[in-house]
Amino acid sequence: MTSIHASSLAVGYGKRPVVDNISLNMQPGELLVLIGTNGSGKSTLLKTLAGLINPMHGDLSLLGSAPGQLPTQVAYLPQHPVSSHTLPLCVQDVVAMGRYAHLGLFKRSTDTDRAIVLESMKRTGIDSQANDPIRDLSGGQQQRTHLAQVLARRAEVLLLDEPTAGLDLNGRKAVSDLIATERARGVTVVLATHELADAESADLVMLLAQRVVSLGAPADALRDEYLRECFGFTQPH
Amino acid sequence: MNYLIDPFANNEFMRLALFGGILVACTCAIAGTFVVLRGLAFVGDALAHGVLPGIATAMLLGVSGIVGAAIGAAVMMGGVSVVSRRFRLSGDTAIGLLFVGMLALGVMITSRSSSFVGDLAHILFGELLGITTTDLAWQFIALVIVGIIAFVGRRPFLLLSVDDGLARTSGFSARLFHNVMLTMVAITVIASFQTVGTLLVLGMLIAPAATGSLFARRIESMMLIAALVGSLSTYIGLLVSYHYDLAAGASIVLTAVVIFAISATANEIRKSRGHDHHDHEHPHVHGEIHV
Repeated sequence: MTSIHASSLAVGYGKRPVVDNISLNMQPGELLVLIGTNGSGKSTLLKTLAGLINPMHGDLSLLGSAPGQLPTQVAYLPQHPVSSHTLPLCVQDVVAMGRYAHLGLFKRSTDTDRAIVLESMKRTGIDSQANDPIRDLSGGQQQRTHLAQVLARRAEVLLLDEPTAGLDLNGRKAVSDLIATERARGVTVVLATHELADAESADLVMLLAQRVVSLGAPADALRDEYLRECFGFTQPH
Repeated sequence: MNYLIDPFANNEFMRLALFGGILVACTCAIAGTFVVLRGLAFVGDALAHGVLPGIATAMLLGVSGIVGAAIGAAVMMGGVSVVSRRFRLSGDTAIGLLFVGMLALGVMITSRSSSFVGDLAHILFGELLGITTTDLAWQFIALVIVGIIAFVGRRPFLLLSVDDGLARTSGFSARLFHNVMLTMVAITVIASFQTVGTLLVLGMLIAPAATGSLFARRIESMMLIAALVGSLSTYIGLLVSYHYDLAAGASIVLTAVVIFAISATANEIRKSRGHDHHDHEHPHVHGEIHV
Protein backbone atom coordinates (compact mmCIF):
# COMPACT_ATOMS: atom_id res chain seq x y z
CA MET A 1 0.00 0.00 0.00
CA THR A 2 1.19 3.52 -0.77
CA SER A 3 2.23 5.23 2.47
CA ILE A 4 1.54 8.79 1.42
CA HIS A 5 -0.37 9.93 -1.65
CA ALA A 6 -0.89 13.57 -2.56
CA SER A 7 -2.37 14.91 -5.75
CA SER A 8 -2.68 18.61 -6.61
CA LEU A 9 -2.57 19.29 -2.88
CA ALA A 10 -2.68 22.86 -1.58
CA VAL A 11 -1.81 23.57 2.05
CA GLY A 12 -2.15 26.78 4.02
CA TYR A 13 -4.07 28.71 6.62
CA GLY A 14 -7.48 30.29 6.17
CA LYS A 15 -8.00 31.07 2.51
CA ARG A 16 -4.34 31.65 1.74
CA PRO A 17 -2.38 28.70 0.33
CA VAL A 18 1.22 28.56 1.49
CA VAL A 19 2.18 25.85 -1.00
CA ASP A 20 0.03 24.37 -3.72
CA ASN A 21 0.19 21.85 -6.53
CA ILE A 22 1.94 19.19 -4.44
CA SER A 23 1.80 15.73 -5.95
CA LEU A 24 3.77 12.79 -4.63
CA ASN A 25 3.65 9.09 -3.84
CA MET A 26 5.69 7.48 -1.10
CA GLN A 27 6.18 3.79 -0.48
CA PRO A 28 6.93 2.10 2.86
CA GLY A 29 10.51 2.67 4.01
CA GLU A 30 11.06 5.79 1.92
CA LEU A 31 12.44 9.07 3.21
CA LEU A 32 11.20 12.43 1.94
CA VAL A 33 13.26 15.43 3.01
CA LEU A 34 11.60 18.85 2.90
CA ILE A 35 14.11 21.67 2.55
CA GLY A 36 13.45 25.38 2.48
CA THR A 37 13.93 28.65 4.29
CA ASN A 38 11.77 29.78 7.20
CA GLY A 39 8.20 30.31 6.02
CA SER A 40 8.71 28.20 2.91
CA GLY A 41 5.85 25.85 3.85
CA LYS A 42 7.70 22.86 5.36
CA SER A 43 5.90 22.94 8.70
CA THR A 44 2.55 23.74 7.08
CA LEU A 45 2.86 20.67 4.87
CA LEU A 46 3.85 18.49 7.83
CA LYS A 47 0.94 19.77 9.92
CA THR A 48 -1.39 18.99 7.05
CA LEU A 49 0.02 15.46 6.80
CA ALA A 50 -0.46 15.11 10.58
CA GLY A 51 -4.10 16.15 10.31
CA LEU A 52 -3.68 19.37 12.30
CA ILE A 53 -4.59 21.56 9.29
CA ASN A 54 -7.16 20.63 6.68
CA PRO A 55 -5.92 20.47 3.09
CA MET A 56 -7.18 23.49 1.12
CA HIS A 57 -7.82 21.39 -1.95
CA GLY A 58 -6.50 18.33 -3.72
CA ASP A 59 -6.24 14.73 -2.54
CA LEU A 60 -4.20 13.53 0.40
CA SER A 61 -4.07 10.15 2.10
CA LEU A 62 -1.77 8.43 4.54
CA LEU A 63 -1.87 4.63 4.54
CA GLY A 64 -5.08 4.87 2.55
CA SER A 65 -6.90 7.11 5.06
CA ALA A 66 -7.45 10.82 5.44
CA PRO A 67 -4.89 12.70 7.57
CA GLY A 68 -5.50 12.39 11.31
CA GLN A 69 -7.56 9.23 11.02
CA LEU A 70 -4.82 6.77 12.02
CA PRO A 71 -3.24 8.11 15.22
CA THR A 72 -1.64 4.78 16.09
CA GLN A 73 0.09 4.55 12.72
CA VAL A 74 1.19 8.14 12.15
CA ALA A 75 3.44 10.01 14.59
CA TYR A 76 4.30 13.71 14.44
CA LEU A 77 7.13 15.62 16.09
CA PRO A 78 6.38 19.35 16.02
CA GLN A 79 9.05 21.95 15.41
CA HIS A 80 9.09 23.23 18.96
CA PRO A 81 7.60 20.62 21.28
CA VAL A 82 6.24 22.23 24.41
CA SER A 83 8.04 21.41 27.63
CA SER A 84 6.19 23.67 30.00
CA HIS A 85 8.25 24.56 33.04
CA THR A 86 5.17 23.91 35.13
CA LEU A 87 4.72 20.32 34.01
CA PRO A 88 5.57 18.00 36.88
CA LEU A 89 6.57 15.18 34.56
CA CYS A 90 9.70 13.11 34.37
CA VAL A 91 11.24 11.93 31.12
CA GLN A 92 9.70 8.46 31.15
CA ASP A 93 6.20 9.94 31.66
CA VAL A 94 6.63 12.20 28.63
CA VAL A 95 7.88 9.29 26.52
CA ALA A 96 5.02 7.09 27.78
CA MET A 97 2.57 9.63 26.35
CA GLY A 98 3.61 8.25 22.98
CA ARG A 99 1.62 5.11 23.86
CA TYR A 100 -1.64 6.98 24.59
CA ALA A 101 -2.82 6.71 20.98
CA HIS A 102 -2.76 2.93 21.41
CA LEU A 103 -4.22 2.91 24.92
CA GLY A 104 -7.08 5.36 24.38
CA LEU A 105 -9.12 6.27 27.44
CA PHE A 106 -9.54 2.95 29.13
CA LYS A 107 -6.91 0.35 28.13
CA ARG A 108 -4.42 -0.54 30.82
CA SER A 109 -0.78 -0.38 29.82
CA THR A 110 0.98 -3.72 29.46
CA ASP A 111 4.53 -4.96 29.88
CA THR A 112 4.89 -4.51 26.12
CA ASP A 113 4.02 -0.80 26.42
CA ARG A 114 6.54 -0.37 29.20
CA ALA A 115 9.22 -2.24 27.21
CA ILE A 116 8.58 0.00 24.18
CA VAL A 117 8.93 3.12 26.33
CA LEU A 118 12.20 1.88 27.79
CA GLU A 119 13.55 0.89 24.39
CA SER A 120 12.57 4.26 22.89
CA MET A 121 14.44 6.09 25.64
CA LYS A 122 17.51 3.92 25.06
CA ARG A 123 17.42 4.55 21.33
CA THR A 124 17.56 8.31 21.82
CA GLY A 125 20.09 8.03 24.64
CA ILE A 126 17.84 9.60 27.26
CA ASP A 127 17.30 6.45 29.37
CA SER A 128 19.87 7.50 31.98
CA GLN A 129 17.64 10.51 32.73
CA ALA A 130 14.39 8.59 32.74
CA ASN A 131 13.52 9.80 36.23
CA ASP A 132 14.61 13.41 35.80
CA PRO A 133 11.96 16.13 35.56
CA ILE A 134 11.75 17.28 31.94
CA ARG A 135 11.66 20.92 33.07
CA ASP A 136 15.21 20.50 34.44
CA LEU A 137 16.68 19.19 31.16
CA SER A 138 18.60 21.08 28.50
CA GLY A 139 16.97 21.87 25.15
CA GLY A 140 18.83 19.02 23.47
CA GLN A 141 17.81 16.52 26.15
CA GLN A 142 14.20 17.65 25.87
CA GLN A 143 14.39 17.15 22.11
CA ARG A 144 15.70 13.59 22.65
CA THR A 145 12.80 13.00 25.04
CA HIS A 146 10.22 14.15 22.49
CA LEU A 147 11.90 12.09 19.79
CA ALA A 148 11.65 9.04 22.08
CA GLN A 149 7.96 9.83 22.55
CA VAL A 150 7.46 9.75 18.79
CA LEU A 151 9.34 6.45 18.51
CA ALA A 152 7.20 4.97 21.30
CA ARG A 153 4.18 5.37 19.02
CA ARG A 154 5.63 2.54 16.85
CA ALA A 155 4.02 4.25 13.88
CA GLU A 156 4.30 3.36 10.22
CA VAL A 157 4.69 6.98 9.15
CA LEU A 158 6.93 9.46 10.99
CA LEU A 159 6.51 13.20 10.40
CA LEU A 160 9.52 14.98 11.87
CA ASP A 161 9.76 18.78 11.89
CA GLU A 162 13.40 19.71 12.40
CA PRO A 163 14.18 16.87 14.83
CA THR A 164 17.85 17.83 15.07
CA ALA A 165 17.13 21.38 16.28
CA GLY A 166 19.10 21.98 19.47
CA LEU A 167 21.14 18.77 19.13
CA ASP A 168 24.91 18.60 19.01
CA LEU A 169 26.84 16.64 16.36
CA ASN A 170 26.44 13.36 18.24
CA GLY A 171 22.73 13.99 18.57
CA ARG A 172 22.40 14.72 14.85
CA LYS A 173 24.25 11.50 14.02
CA ALA A 174 21.99 9.60 16.43
CA VAL A 175 18.85 11.01 14.75
CA SER A 176 20.22 10.10 11.34
CA ASP A 177 20.87 6.52 12.54
CA LEU A 178 17.40 6.35 14.07
CA ILE A 179 15.77 7.36 10.81
CA ALA A 180 17.83 4.73 8.96
CA THR A 181 16.74 2.06 11.44
CA GLU A 182 13.09 3.05 11.18
CA ARG A 183 13.23 2.98 7.38
CA ALA A 184 14.84 -0.46 7.49
CA ARG A 185 11.75 -1.79 9.26
CA GLY A 186 9.46 -0.24 6.65
CA VAL A 187 8.61 3.06 8.29
CA THR A 188 8.01 5.97 5.92
CA VAL A 189 9.65 9.20 7.11
CA VAL A 190 8.99 12.81 6.14
CA LEU A 191 11.68 15.08 7.54
CA ALA A 192 11.68 18.89 7.46
CA THR A 193 15.12 20.42 7.81
CA HIS A 194 17.37 23.35 6.96
CA GLU A 195 20.36 21.04 6.52
CA LEU A 196 21.20 20.04 2.96
CA ALA A 197 23.32 17.21 4.38
CA ASP A 198 20.15 15.55 5.69
CA ALA A 199 19.06 15.01 2.09
CA GLU A 200 21.95 12.74 1.16
CA SER A 201 20.23 9.52 2.20
CA ALA A 202 16.74 10.55 1.06
CA ASP A 203 14.70 8.84 -1.62
CA LEU A 204 12.93 12.09 -2.38
CA VAL A 205 13.80 15.72 -1.76
CA MET A 206 11.30 18.54 -2.00
CA LEU A 207 12.71 22.07 -2.20
CA LEU A 208 10.14 24.57 -0.99
CA ALA A 209 9.90 28.34 -1.31
CA GLN A 210 6.16 28.89 -0.76
CA ARG A 211 5.86 26.65 -3.81
CA VAL A 212 7.42 23.39 -4.89
CA VAL A 213 10.71 24.43 -6.48
CA SER A 214 11.80 20.86 -7.15
CA LEU A 215 10.83 17.33 -6.21
CA GLY A 216 12.79 14.20 -7.01
CA ALA A 217 15.87 12.19 -6.16
CA PRO A 218 18.51 14.24 -4.32
CA ALA A 219 20.76 14.57 -7.38
CA ASP A 220 17.89 16.00 -9.41
CA ALA A 221 16.12 18.09 -6.79
CA LEU A 222 19.26 19.73 -5.43
CA ARG A 223 20.61 21.05 -8.72
CA ASP A 224 22.30 24.44 -8.54
CA GLU A 225 19.55 26.35 -10.30
CA TYR A 226 16.97 25.05 -7.83
CA LEU A 227 19.14 25.80 -4.80
CA ARG A 228 19.81 29.29 -6.09
CA GLU A 229 16.11 29.83 -6.59
CA CYS A 230 15.33 28.52 -3.13
CA PHE A 231 18.18 29.98 -1.05
CA GLY A 232 19.89 32.50 -3.33
CA PHE A 233 23.13 30.49 -3.32
CA THR A 234 24.43 27.05 -4.24
CA GLN A 235 26.27 24.45 -2.22
CA PRO A 236 30.05 24.18 -2.76
CA HIS A 237 31.14 21.46 -5.17
CA MET B 1 -2.85 20.91 72.57
CA ASN B 2 -6.30 22.11 73.62
CA TYR B 3 -5.70 25.13 71.44
CA LEU B 4 -5.31 22.85 68.44
CA ILE B 5 -8.05 20.28 69.08
CA ASP B 6 -10.71 21.74 71.37
CA PRO B 7 -12.36 23.96 68.76
CA PHE B 8 -13.18 20.84 66.76
CA ALA B 9 -13.80 18.49 69.68
CA ASN B 10 -16.28 20.83 71.37
CA ASN B 11 -18.14 22.28 68.39
CA GLU B 12 -20.08 20.31 65.82
CA PHE B 13 -20.14 23.26 63.39
CA MET B 14 -16.34 23.28 63.45
CA ARG B 15 -16.18 19.54 62.73
CA LEU B 16 -18.63 19.92 59.85
CA ALA B 17 -16.61 22.87 58.56
CA LEU B 18 -13.42 20.82 58.76
CA PHE B 19 -14.94 17.87 56.90
CA GLY B 20 -16.50 20.20 54.33
CA GLY B 21 -13.25 22.07 53.84
CA ILE B 22 -11.29 18.84 53.38
CA LEU B 23 -13.81 17.66 50.76
CA VAL B 24 -13.45 21.02 48.97
CA ALA B 25 -9.65 20.72 49.22
CA CYS B 26 -9.69 17.23 47.64
CA THR B 27 -12.10 18.28 44.86
CA CYS B 28 -10.08 21.44 44.14
CA ALA B 29 -6.82 19.44 44.20
CA ILE B 30 -8.01 17.23 41.35
CA ALA B 31 -9.51 19.99 39.20
CA GLY B 32 -6.89 22.56 40.22
CA THR B 33 -4.04 20.35 39.06
CA PHE B 34 -5.31 20.53 35.50
CA VAL B 35 -6.21 24.24 35.88
CA VAL B 36 -2.57 24.93 36.75
CA LEU B 37 -1.10 22.58 34.13
CA ARG B 38 -3.27 23.81 31.27
CA GLY B 39 -3.10 27.44 32.34
CA LEU B 40 -6.83 27.84 32.95
CA ALA B 41 -6.60 30.14 35.96
CA PHE B 42 -8.38 32.99 34.17
CA VAL B 43 -11.12 30.63 32.98
CA GLY B 44 -11.45 29.34 36.53
CA ASP B 45 -11.72 32.91 37.81
CA ALA B 46 -14.32 33.74 35.17
CA LEU B 47 -16.34 30.63 36.00
CA ALA B 48 -16.17 31.43 39.69
CA HIS B 49 -17.66 34.88 39.02
CA GLY B 50 -19.84 33.82 36.12
CA VAL B 51 -22.01 31.70 38.40
CA LEU B 52 -22.96 34.75 40.47
CA PRO B 53 -26.01 35.89 38.43
CA GLY B 54 -27.25 32.30 38.28
CA ILE B 55 -27.06 31.89 42.03
CA ALA B 56 -28.59 35.31 42.66
CA THR B 57 -31.49 34.62 40.27
CA ALA B 58 -32.07 31.21 41.83
CA MET B 59 -32.23 32.79 45.28
CA LEU B 60 -34.61 35.46 43.98
CA LEU B 61 -36.87 32.71 42.62
CA GLY B 62 -36.49 30.52 45.68
CA VAL B 63 -34.70 27.79 43.73
CA SER B 64 -31.55 25.94 44.86
CA GLY B 65 -28.39 28.00 44.43
CA ILE B 66 -26.63 24.96 42.96
CA VAL B 67 -29.10 24.86 40.06
CA GLY B 68 -28.57 28.57 39.43
CA ALA B 69 -24.79 28.14 39.61
CA ALA B 70 -24.92 25.30 37.08
CA ILE B 71 -26.95 27.43 34.65
CA GLY B 72 -24.61 30.39 35.19
CA ALA B 73 -21.55 28.21 34.50
CA ALA B 74 -23.15 26.75 31.36
CA VAL B 75 -23.97 30.24 30.05
CA MET B 76 -20.43 31.39 30.84
CA MET B 77 -18.76 28.44 29.05
CA GLY B 78 -21.11 28.57 26.08
CA GLY B 79 -20.73 32.34 25.81
CA VAL B 80 -16.93 32.19 25.80
CA SER B 81 -17.02 29.55 23.08
CA VAL B 82 -19.45 31.51 20.90
CA VAL B 83 -17.75 34.90 21.35
CA SER B 84 -14.25 33.58 20.67
CA ARG B 85 -15.31 31.64 17.55
CA ARG B 86 -17.91 33.94 15.99
CA PHE B 87 -16.15 37.24 16.57
CA ARG B 88 -12.58 35.98 16.10
CA LEU B 89 -11.46 37.27 19.46
CA SER B 90 -8.70 35.70 21.49
CA GLY B 91 -9.81 33.33 24.24
CA ASP B 92 -8.81 35.63 27.09
CA THR B 93 -10.65 38.61 25.56
CA ALA B 94 -13.82 36.52 25.25
CA ILE B 95 -13.40 35.26 28.83
CA GLY B 96 -12.81 38.82 30.08
CA LEU B 97 -15.94 40.13 28.37
CA LEU B 98 -18.16 37.37 29.71
CA PHE B 99 -16.49 37.56 33.12
CA VAL B 100 -17.23 41.25 33.73
CA GLY B 101 -20.64 41.00 32.04
CA MET B 102 -21.78 38.13 34.25
CA LEU B 103 -20.31 39.71 37.38
CA ALA B 104 -22.06 43.00 36.66
CA LEU B 105 -25.33 41.16 36.01
CA GLY B 106 -24.95 39.30 39.30
CA VAL B 107 -24.35 42.51 41.25
CA MET B 108 -27.34 44.18 39.52
CA ILE B 109 -29.62 41.29 40.45
CA THR B 110 -28.44 41.27 44.05
CA SER B 111 -28.89 45.06 44.27
CA ARG B 112 -32.62 44.58 43.65
CA SER B 113 -33.13 43.85 47.31
CA SER B 114 -31.42 45.09 50.43
CA SER B 115 -31.89 41.63 51.94
CA PHE B 116 -29.48 40.38 49.31
CA VAL B 117 -26.52 42.11 50.95
CA GLY B 118 -26.05 39.22 53.32
CA ASP B 119 -26.69 36.69 50.59
CA LEU B 120 -24.11 38.33 48.33
CA ALA B 121 -21.49 37.96 51.03
CA HIS B 122 -22.58 34.36 51.43
CA ILE B 123 -22.17 33.72 47.69
CA LEU B 124 -18.81 35.45 47.43
CA PHE B 125 -17.23 34.22 50.63
CA GLY B 126 -19.19 31.10 51.48
CA GLU B 127 -20.60 30.06 54.81
CA LEU B 128 -18.25 27.35 55.92
CA LEU B 129 -19.26 27.56 59.57
CA GLY B 130 -22.90 27.11 58.65
CA ILE B 131 -22.71 24.04 56.41
CA THR B 132 -24.92 21.07 57.08
CA THR B 133 -24.58 17.33 56.59
CA THR B 134 -26.62 17.76 53.37
CA ASP B 135 -23.99 20.20 52.10
CA LEU B 136 -21.33 17.63 52.97
CA ALA B 137 -23.21 14.98 50.99
CA TRP B 138 -23.40 17.27 47.93
CA GLN B 139 -19.72 18.09 48.25
CA PHE B 140 -18.87 14.38 48.47
CA ILE B 141 -20.92 13.64 45.35
CA ALA B 142 -19.08 16.44 43.55
CA LEU B 143 -15.74 14.97 44.66
CA VAL B 144 -16.69 11.56 43.28
CA ILE B 145 -17.88 13.03 39.94
CA VAL B 146 -14.75 15.18 39.56
CA GLY B 147 -12.59 12.18 40.48
CA ILE B 148 -14.28 10.00 37.85
CA ILE B 149 -13.94 12.69 35.16
CA ALA B 150 -10.26 13.17 35.99
CA PHE B 151 -9.58 9.42 36.00
CA VAL B 152 -11.34 8.76 32.71
CA GLY B 153 -9.89 11.85 31.04
CA ARG B 154 -6.41 11.67 32.54
CA ARG B 155 -4.64 10.81 29.28
CA PRO B 156 -6.21 13.48 27.02
CA PHE B 157 -6.03 16.00 29.89
CA LEU B 158 -2.31 15.34 30.22
CA LEU B 159 -1.76 15.62 26.47
CA LEU B 160 -3.75 18.88 26.41
CA SER B 161 -1.59 20.19 29.24
CA VAL B 162 1.42 19.73 26.97
CA ASP B 163 -0.07 20.76 23.62
CA ASP B 164 -3.44 20.66 21.84
CA GLY B 165 -1.73 19.28 18.73
CA LEU B 166 -0.25 16.37 20.66
CA ALA B 167 -3.72 15.47 21.91
CA ARG B 168 -5.17 15.63 18.40
CA THR B 169 -2.41 13.59 16.78
CA SER B 170 -2.87 11.03 19.55
CA GLY B 171 -6.48 10.52 18.51
CA PHE B 172 -8.24 12.66 21.15
CA SER B 173 -10.54 15.57 20.30
CA ALA B 174 -8.89 18.66 21.79
CA ARG B 175 -12.15 20.63 21.80
CA LEU B 176 -14.18 17.84 23.41
CA PHE B 177 -11.73 17.17 26.21
CA HIS B 178 -11.06 20.87 26.77
CA ASN B 179 -14.81 21.28 27.34
CA VAL B 180 -14.88 18.21 29.59
CA MET B 181 -12.05 19.76 31.60
CA LEU B 182 -13.97 23.06 31.87
CA THR B 183 -17.04 21.13 32.99
CA MET B 184 -14.94 19.50 35.70
CA VAL B 185 -13.77 22.94 36.87
CA ALA B 186 -17.36 24.23 36.75
CA ILE B 187 -18.60 21.33 38.91
CA THR B 188 -15.85 22.10 41.41
CA VAL B 189 -16.79 25.79 41.52
CA ILE B 190 -20.51 25.08 41.81
CA ALA B 191 -20.04 22.54 44.58
CA SER B 192 -17.61 24.70 46.51
CA PHE B 193 -19.48 28.00 46.53
CA GLN B 194 -21.45 26.91 49.62
CA THR B 195 -18.28 26.45 51.61
CA VAL B 196 -15.52 28.83 50.53
CA GLY B 197 -17.64 30.99 48.21
CA THR B 198 -17.21 31.84 44.54
CA LEU B 199 -14.57 34.49 45.19
CA LEU B 200 -12.30 32.26 47.21
CA VAL B 201 -12.76 28.94 45.44
CA LEU B 202 -10.19 30.06 42.87
CA GLY B 203 -7.62 30.28 45.67
CA MET B 204 -8.32 26.67 46.62
CA LEU B 205 -8.13 25.64 42.97
CA ILE B 206 -4.78 27.27 42.33
CA ALA B 207 -2.69 27.74 45.48
CA PRO B 208 -2.51 24.07 46.63
CA ALA B 209 -2.00 22.78 43.07
CA ALA B 210 0.71 25.38 42.46
CA THR B 211 2.44 24.19 45.63
CA GLY B 212 2.16 20.62 44.35
CA SER B 213 3.73 21.57 41.02
CA LEU B 214 6.83 22.82 42.85
CA PHE B 215 7.68 19.41 44.24
CA ALA B 216 5.83 16.72 42.28
CA ARG B 217 7.17 14.73 39.35
CA ARG B 218 3.93 12.95 38.59
CA ILE B 219 0.40 14.20 38.15
CA GLU B 220 -0.83 11.88 40.89
CA SER B 221 1.69 13.20 43.41
CA MET B 222 0.84 16.80 42.41
CA MET B 223 -2.81 16.06 43.23
CA LEU B 224 -1.85 14.35 46.50
CA ILE B 225 0.32 17.27 47.61
CA ALA B 226 -2.43 19.71 46.58
CA ALA B 227 -5.01 17.76 48.61
CA LEU B 228 -2.72 17.68 51.66
CA VAL B 229 -1.91 21.41 51.39
CA GLY B 230 -5.60 22.23 50.92
CA SER B 231 -6.61 20.10 53.89
CA LEU B 232 -3.86 21.56 56.07
CA SER B 233 -4.92 25.06 55.01
CA THR B 234 -8.50 24.20 55.99
CA TYR B 235 -7.42 23.06 59.45
CA ILE B 236 -5.10 26.01 60.09
CA GLY B 237 -7.54 28.50 58.58
CA LEU B 238 -10.42 27.26 60.71
CA LEU B 239 -8.27 27.32 63.83
CA VAL B 240 -7.15 30.90 63.18
CA SER B 241 -10.71 31.88 62.35
CA TYR B 242 -12.02 30.35 65.59
CA HIS B 243 -9.44 31.83 67.92
CA TYR B 244 -9.19 35.29 66.36
CA ASP B 245 -12.78 35.67 65.13
CA LEU B 246 -11.81 36.01 61.47
CA ALA B 247 -13.70 35.02 58.31
CA ALA B 248 -13.25 31.25 57.90
CA GLY B 249 -13.16 30.98 54.09
CA ALA B 250 -10.72 33.87 53.72
CA SER B 251 -8.48 32.47 56.49
CA ILE B 252 -8.30 29.11 54.71
CA VAL B 253 -7.47 30.56 51.30
CA LEU B 254 -4.91 32.98 52.74
CA THR B 255 -3.28 30.07 54.56
CA ALA B 256 -3.05 28.14 51.28
CA VAL B 257 -1.41 31.12 49.57
CA VAL B 258 1.03 31.58 52.48
CA ILE B 259 1.95 27.86 52.32
CA PHE B 260 2.67 28.31 48.62
CA ALA B 261 4.84 31.36 49.30
CA ILE B 262 6.81 29.54 52.01
CA SER B 263 7.17 26.43 49.84
CA ALA B 264 8.30 28.40 46.79
CA THR B 265 10.84 30.33 48.85
CA ALA B 266 12.17 27.15 50.49
CA ASN B 267 12.38 25.51 47.07
CA GLU B 268 14.38 28.39 45.66
CA ILE B 269 16.76 28.40 48.64
CA ARG B 270 17.22 24.63 48.29
CA LYS B 271 18.02 24.97 44.59
CA SER B 272 20.39 27.88 45.08
CA ARG B 273 22.31 25.86 47.65
CA GLY B 274 22.67 23.04 45.17
CA HIS B 275 20.74 20.63 47.31
CA ASP B 276 18.21 19.93 44.65
CA HIS B 277 18.51 16.19 45.03
CA HIS B 278 15.90 14.04 43.42
CA ASP B 279 13.35 12.71 45.81
CA HIS B 280 13.46 9.27 44.20
CA GLU B 281 9.75 9.29 43.78
CA HIS B 282 10.23 6.87 40.93
CA PRO B 283 11.99 3.58 40.83
CA HIS B 284 15.07 3.43 38.63
CA VAL B 285 14.46 3.15 34.91
CA HIS B 286 15.03 -0.57 35.08
CA GLY B 287 12.21 -0.81 37.58
CA GLU B 288 8.57 -0.21 36.81
CA ILE B 289 7.72 2.28 34.06
CA HIS B 290 4.35 4.00 34.33
CA VAL B 291 2.41 4.42 31.11
